[in-house]
Amino acid sequence: MSRSTRTGPKPAVQVCLHPGLQEPAEKDYAVIGKSKPKIDGREKVTGQARYTADLKFPNMLYGKILTSPHAHARILSIDTSEAEKIPGVKAVITHKDVPALKYGISPARWDENIFCIDTVKFVGDKVAAVACLDEETCYKALKAIKVEYEALPAVLDPLHAMDEDAPRIHPEYPRNINTEIHQNFGDVEEAFRKAAYVRTDLFIGNRAYQAPMEPHTATSIWQDGKLTVYSSTQSPHYFQYYIAREFGLPMGDVRVIKTYVGGGFGGKLEPTGLEFAGAVLARLTGRPVKMFYDRAEMFAHNRGRHRQYMKLTTGVDADGRILGVHADFIMDGGAYTSLGIATAYYAGAMLTLTYDFINYRFDMHRVYTNLPACGAQRGHGAPQPRYAFEAHLDNIAKELGIDPLELRLRNARRPNTITPNEFVVNSCEMAACLEQARKASGWADKKGKLPAGRGIGVAAGSFVSGAGYPIYRTDLPHSAAMIKVAEDGTAATLYTGAVDIGQGSDTILCQMAAEAMGYTYEQMKIVAADTETTPHDLGAYASRQTLMSGAAVKQAGEEVRKQLLEMAGEMLNLPSERLNVRSGKIFAKDDPAVALSFEAAARTFFVKKGPLVGRGAYTPPRLGGKFKGAPVGTSPAYSFAAQVSEVEIDEETGEVAVLDVWDVHDCGQVINPALLHAQVHGALYMGMGESIWEEVRFDAKGKILNPTLGEYRIPTALDMPRMHSILVPSYEPAAPWGVKEVGEGATIPTMGCYRNAIFDAMGVSVNSLPLTAEKVWAALREKRKAGGEDVWDPMACECFLK
Amino acid sequence: MQAIADKQGIKRYLINLTVNGDEYSPVVKGNTLLVNLLRDELDLTGTKKGCELGDCGSCTVLMDDKPVDSCLVLALEADGCEIVTIEGVAQNGELDRLQRSFIDNAAIQCGYCTPGMILSAKALLARNPHPTEPEVREAIAGNLCRCTGYVNIVKAVLEAAEVKE
Repeated sequence: MSRSTRTGPKPAVQVCLHPGLQEPAEKDYAVIGKSKPKIDGREKVTGQARYTADLKFPNMLYGKILTSPHAHARILSIDTSEAEKIPGVKAVITHKDVPALKYGISPARWDENIFCIDTVKFVGDKVAAVACLDEETCYKALKAIKVEYEALPAVLDPLHAMDEDAPRIHPEYPRNINTEIHQNFGDVEEAFRKAAYVRTDLFIGNRAYQAPMEPHTATSIWQDGKLTVYSSTQSPHYFQYYIAREFGLPMGDVRVIKTYVGGGFGGKLEPTGLEFAGAVLARLTGRPVKMFYDRAEMFAHNRGRHRQYMKLTTGVDADGRILGVHADFIMDGGAYTSLGIATAYYAGAMLTLTYDFINYRFDMHRVYTNLPACGAQRGHGAPQPRYAFEAHLDNIAKELGIDPLELRLRNARRPNTITPNEFVVNSCEMAACLEQARKASGWADKKGKLPAGRGIGVAAGSFVSGAGYPIYRTDLPHSAAMIKVAEDGTAATLYTGAVDIGQGSDTILCQMAAEAMGYTYEQMKIVAADTETTPHDLGAYASRQTLMSGAAVKQAGEEVRKQLLEMAGEMLNLPSERLNVRSGKIFAKDDPAVALSFEAAARTFFVKKGPLVGRGAYTPPRLGGKFKGAPVGTSPAYSFAAQVSEVEIDEETGEVAVLDVWDVHDCGQVINPALLHAQVHGALYMGMGESIWEEVRFDAKGKILNPTLGEYRIPTALDMPRMHSILVPSYEPAAPWGVKEVGEGATIPTMGCYRNAIFDAMGVSVNSLPLTAEKVWAALREKRKAGGEDVWDPMACECFLK
Repeated sequence: MQAIADKQGIKRYLINLTVNGDEYSPVVKGNTLLVNLLRDELDLTGTKKGCELGDCGSCTVLMDDKPVDSCLVLALEADGCEIVTIEGVAQNGELDRLQRSFIDNAAIQCGYCTPGMILSAKALLARNPHPTEPEVREAIAGNLCRCTGYVNIVKAVLEAAEVKE
């Protein structure tokens, strides 16, 4: 076999430049802006990368959790004696063996116990756990545990959870209301009075799941009073904080180590039963205990996307300019809070970003049901409301006879504006994204001109580049970083708490470190996401790391550069201000003949002064207003995106084939174009799955009917459209090198975009996700009955109103 | 096949198989899955488990040159077979053209599906050295990826096919 020349990845698509935008003065970068190969690529293609389930420890046991077969039941008794007799069973634990302290990732609503004490609250709720010599013995032991239940009436329909006679799931939450939000900005009623057209639409979302390829695993070791947990986590910090709290340990006695993680998408952000039960089993047996969820358990425990019931009312003037919006939502939270308070606030907060309007009212009830708890999934609370709002806008455009893309352009948010809920938006190329999407997709030649069965749709969206506030109250910086240059200067190691779950943060943070230091990417190494060896970072969620971890890394790199140049100045007898360093070469700015290598200066530094180390930390500025819930949705910077999709509908079957998707993104300065476009591809893919196929369904007793990847229907390589990922230049003044997020933003417009394309193709609106063939077919049948009039999914509307 | 029973009467069988060119003679139970033999007994953890139902393809290995879900194959069935896992794809530390192409095309994100993807693609290129894009998509349709939307994976396989052996 001959070796192919290693050239580094090529950008997936061409980057389109949009004229007339401010560019940073200094943009001649040596390392960032380049498609460097992933730092962990070789380990991942050779099978050397070790994920948590791949780790083995001497004397290790295997653990499993016994879960409830009932959606709602009282536990009368638990008998573990038979299980304990089975050879190879080393420990069996129930609520009697663990702290009774309630936990949860949202500090305002700790409502979960390691094991249920009095009642089980969903099919899959945690009841007991075993640790055994091998996996097979675990299943034998689980079968031998006898639990007597008294079945209770269950709440399975979120729309009836608040009924006065509904069974109460948590005694302390009347009418099963977990979170209630009422926000009012400006005067919506007055806006509606002044409007030329006011419209109300109803939409329903779906319960989707992250379904990362790697099921969650955690291995706990409790020795000498110190607990070490290896976990497939998105945030070692939150795991450390909450595990320490649960067991009354100082955080210093809890070490959480992230291994390679096989995808997260929001589902691995909070500690699970695996970490809590595993820790107790490890303490009782004195042996390492590996706990894991199988694929079916992942659907019960991975805290998927909330299903939202969304009523939107919008008033516009005669030109289609939005005067006011009222969003009134109900969200199925499942049995516990998880991250749901934030989800509930995000659902409404993020609606104000994309388009510019000043009157806004948001009402939300997040209700408890006897179904698995929901939490954060890519885009957090925003994608379903965005689907609803984008569909709603197309209905308004159709009524007013305005081109839907033009309607969006008229309302597009502009840079340096403030949303009604007091988010400060600096850079914003929403209009440029829409214009570029129009051009790239050939919108003008297609809208209204496509053959029968074909349609084109547009939608837009926006997302935070990191949350302005941490999940629990703390004054710790959000990110920190440390860089240590090797003694001879030929390598440098970045120590960061930032969490690479596949999105490539290890790679881009090393690019950023090298850029700031004046070094090369190829000489960088990284140690990340281990609470003992790396400095604190909040982790991978809310699309925060490129901006926030990047800011800390930049500062650390600049500290190295400054010390290095001072040493070089001493060596060259020049003031350090006259020197610069780039790609490992130190030179005089005014005399290129004066040169010194990074290595030589770094080595001399070590000899004379000891380790050459740089440090950085980042805390966002104080952001947001003073009203209740004001922090949720604040961010130093926001990304913006427009999507256009072209679909073809099979009129006989209702099947939707997506042909092409154009995503045009304003995501600030790009650090690694190849990885950035790959993020867009993945986000579009996930949005597409949720739009058309993915949904977890339950039987009449609250049991998941389709807890497998096949029946849940995540898309395969055969299901994908042609994807076109396009960027508009943009620079974010609040961010290191002008960066913004991309990983979640591209999921947000997708669902609405497909709905609008189907609406364009067939004149039928499917008002509930996913937009399945069955629903499209039913809507087409209604349309024929109605003599060809446009149809608004009667099933969804009736369901909402009943 | 020779069987030995343990104290509880559960039978174990000695099988012979070749994995990545090395010969092994493990003793397995009737219900031992090939994926667990590879991961737990032989420490070849590059073969991943994503569903244990044959849905995801993370556990794909080559069995006598054909890609199989090793979670759907009993270890007993592999008796006398040649198995190639991801650890056997690079030769003497030199990456296969597919592995290189996956890196060069940013076709890897979390990496969990990558071993299975590469083995499915390797089987494809062995039977069809110049596949079309639809043929590539079909060949990896049994390998689910949750990160990439398959865009760069398809590109990587097509590009590897163009590289001369």
